[in-house]
Amino acid sequence: MQYETVIGLEVHVQLSTESKLFSGSATTFGAEPNTQANIFDLALPGTLPVLNEKAVAMAVKFGLAIGAEIGKRSVFDRKNYFYPDLPKGYQVSQLDFPTVGKGSLTISLEDGSEKVIGVTRAHMEEDAGKSLHEDYQGMTGIDLNRAGTPLLEIVSEPDLRSAKEAVAYLKKLHSIIRYLDISDAIMAQGSMRCDANVSIRPVGQEEFGTRTEIKNINSFKFVEKAINYEVQRQKDVLEDGGRIVQETRLYDADKDETRSMRSKEVANDYRYFPEPDLLPIVIDDAYIEAIRATLPELPDRRAARFVSDYGLSEYDAGVLVATREMADYFETTATLSGDAKLAANWVSQDLQALLNKHSWELSDSPIQAERLATLIQRIKDNTISGKIAKTVFEAMLDDSNDVDSIIEAKGLKQVTDSGALESLVDQVIADNPDQVQQYRDGKVQVIGFLVGQCMQLSKGKANPAQVNEILRSKLS
Amino acid sequence: MIEKTVAELSAALAAGETTSVALTQAYLDQIAAHNEVLNAYITVCADSAIAQARAADEARAAGSSAPLLGIPIAHKDLFCTAGVKTTSGSKILHNFISPYDATVVERLQAAGAVMLGKTNMDEFAMGSSNESSYYGVARNPWNLDRVPGGSSGGSAAAVAADLCAMATGTDTGGSIRQPAAFCGITGLKPSYGRVSRWGMIAYASSLDQAGPLCKTAEDAAILLNVMAGVDEKDSTSIALPPEDFTATLNNSLKGLRIGLPKQHFTSGLNPAIESAVRNAVAELEKLGAEVKEINLPNSDLAISAYYVITPAEASANLSRFDGVRYGYRCENPVDLEDMYKRSRSEGFGEEVKRRIMIGTYALSAGFYDAYYRKAQKIRRLVKEDYARAFEDVDVIIGPTTPSPAFALNSMKDSVTMYLEDIYTIALNLAGLPGMSVPAGFVDGLPIGMQLVAKDYAEATLLNVAHQFQQVTNWHKKKPVLTTSEKTTEA
Repeated sequence: MQYETVIGLEVHVQLSTESKLFSGSATTFGAEPNTQANIFDLALPGTLPVLNEKAVAMAVKFGLAIGAEIGKRSVFDRKNYFYPDLPKGYQVSQLDFPTVGKGSLTISLEDGSEKVIGVTRAHMEEDAGKSLHEDYQGMTGIDLNRAGTPLLEIVSEPDLRSAKEAVAYLKKLHSIIRYLDISDAIMAQGSMRCDANVSIRPVGQEEFGTRTEIKNINSFKFVEKAINYEVQRQKDVLEDGGRIVQETRLYDADKDETRSMRSKEVANDYRYFPEPDLLPIVIDDAYIEAIRATLPELPDRRAARFVSDYGLSEYDAGVLVATREMADYFETTATLSGDAKLAANWVSQDLQALLNKHSWELSDSPIQAERLATLIQRIKDNTISGKIAKTVFEAMLDDSNDVDSIIEAKGLKQVTDSGALESLVDQVIADNPDQVQQYRDGKVQVIGFLVGQCMQLSKGKANPAQVNEILRSKLS
Repeated sequence: MIEKTVAELSAALAAGETTSVALTQAYLDQIAAHNEVLNAYITVCADSAIAQARAADEARAAGSSAPLLGIPIAHKDLFCTAGVKTTSGSKILHNFISPYDATVVERLQAAGAVMLGKTNMDEFAMGSSNESSYYGVARNPWNLDRVPGGSSGGSAAAVAADLCAMATGTDTGGSIRQPAAFCGITGLKPSYGRVSRWGMIAYASSLDQAGPLCKTAEDAAILLNVMAGVDEKDSTSIALPPEDFTATLNNSLKGLRIGLPKQHFTSGLNPAIESAVRNAVAELEKLGAEVKEINLPNSDLAISAYYVITPAEASANLSRFDGVRYGYRCENPVDLEDMYKRSRSEGFGEEVKRRIMIGTYALSAGFYDAYYRKAQKIRRLVKEDYARAFEDVDVIIGPTTPSPAFALNSMKDSVTMYLEDIYTIALNLAGLPGMSVPAGFVDGLPIGMQLVAKDYAEATLLNVAHQFQQVTNWHKKKPVLTTSEKTTEA
């Protein structure tokens, strides 16, 4: 039987506020255990939450970026359950009245077409702490540094139809979040986490199949692998005449499989009710417009502008806008160098290859946009050839001097002095009498060989167009 | 000296008639003489009290005139006090020493008050008799076989027996007003949001409110001046224009419109209390007030709604007491679940466990609409009842309780006990300010008159209560204390 896959993603994003959602504790990643937990985070009796308004602004910013309805009156609720890393015994979240309502975002599919994916809602909630099992024999350590860190949980509609679409959605979400600068969104560090709801149904069937929820997926690659594994598992179950059990499954990246979490707490009843220690968040139009005014140009619009303003291909534009940093880098390079196409090539090819090779973030690159722009200018003004430019680019990695000094110091400057070029050409004519004769006999394509000899002799520094011209005139 | 009001003590201290050290020592002596029987205090801080008193005397010598400078106070044991055990009347916090001060404690301390200790209370403020305290019952100074009321029973008993000059309490359904009535003192439950809840161990967050228990309405005004005010640490506290509650105490009551809810004068009410309250109202009429009967049609629903909403909130508020980070933890837990179950089963008392179970049930899937949501609807109806009533009247007056202080161990079951709060509960649901002032005696026991005003109209309440106390002497009656089990009437 042919099956169709149906996927919905729940993405938790840690908002990059300096302090926690309801307390003044810092949120820095990787601090010593329990050094970022104050009396509220420890849930000492008598302590009360105070909402971090920056988190609200970030949530609203996200909502506006995906064209979502903004809740004019959003309400926090208590979600009750016992766990040692949940000090209050309840998590403060938003159930019926989230800050961000229905919205959508557009993903590009492999065939070049586009698809709109619905976002059901995005609500704010506090993160839990961490249980540390390794270092304590027979006991569990609790680290509450993360407890109370603001999260935005973004819930998609079940609109995704393949693992690849799920990854494209997640990457798009990641890109938007980075553009908005509301989260580090680093999956490996847990500042972006993804749970996938996966089901399959016979092609043509309206009704959804029974879904499973996969947790603990911590990279883009694993999202694809985990979903593919789960889809295949569900197919196998159905084809063997079995039934899919609605359950939570854990993805094990080492074994590349999902497995059922022992579902002791199958019927979890969280007994949600409105958090009486907090007032509803009331948001008016003026606030929304003030936030809207801070929205950066988002990737889709920026790509379109790159196509229209710089004449880039849609593909190149798409690659360059994937991250805000890359797009900024390109745009600076294009503007300063005055050649957007060359800039696009250098950024998307040479620079990208460099970053990949060293696993660098853009900010780690020793070659920043200003220097690359100068390099491109030197190609354009014939100081160096495109080929020599690659050598200069390599040299720039270890040499922080400005581009012109490097070209000068390494003697890579293109030779354009006609006297010097003429003696170079004379030398080549003298050294290659056979080829010179062939040319004169009418085999004009030999000129290419002769130009090549000139370039070699000059160690690449001769201006090839000028050499060509001088050769032709001397041989005519 | 210890029987004096806060206003009188302030004057005496300012005039150099006494010192804070002398005064504090006098209260500590009174505590030493009577607390063993009354059990009004869970913790007495003799040394730090004397040290604070000395500091207050020095501050006065240096020119300070803080409003409560050098006056000894007792705090209900659910206000967190830095470095001092804070139990909320529970075994589960038997070893909890707070690292921080509640805002109420901080403000009173900044105003110069000297902390004598922490008073007994029903466990987690759940109760109307003080019998649910893990630290033993507090007794009513008027009759040691009677309860002092609850949950702020220790505070009320301490004020009535001059074991302090003034005390703090909290009121979720009557926990300041009912013990004030039972012990013959003045108690004020401010409007919800008037006083910060930061550092106050929560029972039901949407109803809890701190307030003073003291000897007169004037003292209540002095205390409220210090306690009130918005606090950035409590999001539900409200920014109101600053008010001096003592400034309007002497306003004339001419033209004051008093409403008597007919639902508060029905068959469940002890007839002697009814006549005492009607006599008290007649005194107010003599002062120029006009009286009419009013209707609070949803009164009978308030208790039911209250006993859904408060346990629901409490069930979550008390989840943090899990044996993980502080407080009582059971011996040798075999695993996490065992630790949770036994720590909480052994750490909480019966009434607390009952309310946690009721609240958990009311919030459970499938029951939420029938209980919690319906209770919230009733809450709105109750609020609307009062809003409508206050279109025609300025103050609503009735009895604080249907009967005087009952005997220890006399309540057969919880529901009977819950019905004791029949007149006090509704205004917590509505968030309104209320007071209880002494209005007479029944069977040798003091009884209280409850006054209710609209949101943030504490000044009106204090004005009416103060004027009443200018023409009556009920609030001046003192219990005769003996160290034996025998008590004497006023």
